[in-house]
Amino acid sequence: MKPKTKQQIPPQRAVDADTVELRLPADPKLLKIVRAAVASFCEIIGFAAEESNSAMLAVDEACSNIIKHAYGGASRAPIIITLRRIDRGLEVVLRDYGTKADPKRIKPRPLDEIRPGGLGVHLIRSVMNEVSFDATIKDGNQLTLVKYLREA
Amino acid sequence: MLDVTTHKTGEAMVVSIKGDVDLYSSPQLRKTVIALTGKKTPAILINLSDVGYMDSSGVATLVEGLQQAGKYKGKFKLFGLTSTVKEVFELSRLDKVFDIYSDEAAAMASVA
Repeated sequence: MKPKTKQQIPPQRAVDADTVELRLPADPKLLKIVRAAVASFCEIIGFAAEESNSAMLAVDEACSNIIKHAYGGASRAPIIITLRRIDRGLEVVLRDYGTKADPKRIKPRPLDEIRPGGLGVHLIRSVMNEVSFDATIKDGNQLTLVKYLREA
Repeated sequence: MLDVTTHKTGEAMVVSIKGDVDLYSSPQLRKTVIALTGKKTPAILINLSDVGYMDSSGVATLVEGLQQAGKYKGKFKLFGLTSTVKEVFELSRLDKVFDIYSDEAAAMASVA
């Protein structure tokens, strides 16, 4: 029997070893899968439990916003989430093809107003180091979140 | 799916939640909370000891409950927050808005 050799993958089909891509319909019942994936990825790249929980919260809130605001509720439209290991941290890119967000309306609300709702953006900004919308995207939205590993 | 159960202890109604509270499951919690505030339940105590995760929709549901109870001078308190849930309340700066207790006995004592 011939010894097994490592399968050769054509370069165009190779997947970046530090990247995981999730593509799922905009359905709230699938958010559990997103959270589990983010938590596992964070563990692999060396985040402490607390940092991992924060990243999980931010991605979950961002997906909830896509479902509620970009797609106007549960739908079969896609949310594409790319989790990437970067130098000293995690980068998450969330892509949707729904209604374009107005950057002026996605500011966190003042916290001294005690009322239900509007907290998601505040939570995302509180726990992530960088939050940016790509204004050049023509169809839908692309949000990039970055969280760095805490220095040991 | 979320498991939401209620039991009466004296004048207080204890709402025990088990599972993750997110955009999918928070409407289920809201239904219970709004039913209790609709009946003007004098004291509502929310047991969060089996909630491993809560997002802003869950927090918003509890804020709504607190406000509805406030309208009839009812008490709406939380107890048994896990560290993850506690952090969400702290980040939202709502840990000072709610009365939060370590366990049911402490929450009960506060409404006795």
